[in-house]
Amino acid sequence: MDAVRDRIERVFREEQGRVLAALIRVVRDFDLAEDCLHDALLKALEAWPKSGIPDRPAAWLTTTARNRAIDRVRRAKLRETKEPILRELAELKLSSGDDMPELPDDRLRLIFTCCHPALDREAQVALTLRTLGGLTTSEIARAYLVPQATMAQRLVRVKRKIRDAGIPYVVPGSTQLRERLEAVLEVLYLVFNEGYWASEGEALIRQELCAEAIRLARILTEILPLPEPEAEGLLALMLLHDARRPARTNAAGEFVPLAEQDRALWDRSRAEEGHAVLEGALRRAAPGPYLIQAAISALHTQAASAEDTDWPQIMLLYEGLHRLQPTPVVALNHAVAVAMARGPEAGLELLEALEGEGRLSDYQPLYAARADFLRRLGALSLAAGAYRQALELTTHPRQLTYLRGRLSEVEDAKRGSGGPSE
Amino acid sequence: MRYLCLIYSNEAAEAQATPEETQALFAAYGAFEGEIAPTGKKLAGEALQPTSTATSVRVRDGKVSVTDGPFAETKEQLGGFYLLNCENLDEALEWAAKIPSAKTGTIEIRPIMEFDL
Repeated sequence: MDAVRDRIERVFREEQGRVLAALIRVVRDFDLAEDCLHDALLKALEAWPKSGIPDRPAAWLTTTARNRAIDRVRRAKLRETKEPILRELAELKLSSGDDMPELPDDRLRLIFTCCHPALDREAQVALTLRTLGGLTTSEIARAYLVPQATMAQRLVRVKRKIRDAGIPYVVPGSTQLRERLEAVLEVLYLVFNEGYWASEGEALIRQELCAEAIRLARILTEILPLPEPEAEGLLALMLLHDARRPARTNAAGEFVPLAEQDRALWDRSRAEEGHAVLEGALRRAAPGPYLIQAAISALHTQAASAEDTDWPQIMLLYEGLHRLQPTPVVALNHAVAVAMARGPEAGLELLEALEGEGRLSDYQPLYAARADFLRRLGALSLAAGAYRQALELTTHPRQLTYLRGRLSEVEDAKRGSGGPSE
Repeated sequence: MRYLCLIYSNEAAEAQATPEETQALFAAYGAFEGEIAPTGKKLAGEALQPTSTATSVRVRDGKVSVTDGPFAETKEQLGGFYLLNCENLDEALEWAAKIPSAKTGTIEIRPIMEFDL
């Protein structure tokens, strides 16, 4: 019984985005479309355990939601005339043998509307997860650590803005597509990072966020009118990162840095898919920021160990990334690659320059990197100081455990060598 | 849909503009008007006298109080507006981006509230 329910819920998650996308196009109202879809989902929960899941669940849901919508539109008091809406609703059915209730670009319209630049970033993320991703309001609230009422309110406000400000339900024209696509990719990457790096929250919901971001990026690359290398780059990047997930924590739930991960645990099929997407995109275009990051991630996944990694190549890729995105965080990653390729001293020099700029003064990874470089140079007292600074800025419990472990190693080594070594 | 485009710009900077710069700004607005007029999308549009000419009025407990100046002190001041009739926000955004003051100031776009009476 529970197995059936699980399967039904999986089907919902897979199919509801496309059904909703088609409904919104026709009824021109997010709330009405959502209500009708919700109604159809309830009916499915009742009917499917008895009748079995239909062969074409999206078609079943579309028809059920459509009938409800026709009912609602007939009874509603609408500003615009009902006839065209009712006519389109009547036509909203599946041609035989076709499992696509939506026009090819319905979901594309929906994602571009959810990520419209007139909406703030938090609202874009919430609405994308709610409509295209199959996440419930309470799941999104849990993922972003806000009360459910707050998240519900955020969703109400953003849908109201779409309606009242007249944000169109369209795929932007070719001149605007690139620019708007950037916002869509940023939203998906934010969702992924929230799942991958977040310092708090339930593990299961975190994993769900990563899976949703990947699923949506995969859909996006399939439905864009032309292949967009940066969209593929983002998909590849997320797949390659996600492939390492099983090795990022040990049995005790503690954080394991890349260099110490058991590479046998990496998800090979995930990584292979990432490589394939990356190679396809690299053939098409000069790499943008996502493609470069995917290429870096790919070099890590290809290496048998941290030492075997092609650090000189990674260093060059970070140089290229820094030209496109001259941010201090990219500069820090570049310094780490330089330290691996040319030794910790070269890395330290770059870090000092970065610290001089003062833009990363509270950035924990900066101190963690410096501690690591100093430890490798054998400057144990200085390393211990840097580990302490990093610890002060760390809240993530798994990283705390890791850094404390490093600090006590360094202190043991100091005692073992009979005092300060610098 | 109707959208009001509120044009905010830095008055102080504009007051210090050279005659050539002022003339160039006028010419740019002339070109914008020339482009939008034939489309019929512009319903109204005016420039305002500077905030030094503004007067604010409030009525509290039946008592009228009149004060000099605008309601709020801000870096950029309301200097004019266009009322546009557009298909949707994207179209309004496209026109708003062409308003010459968008290059130096800010255009705030507000949909007009339509009442069903």
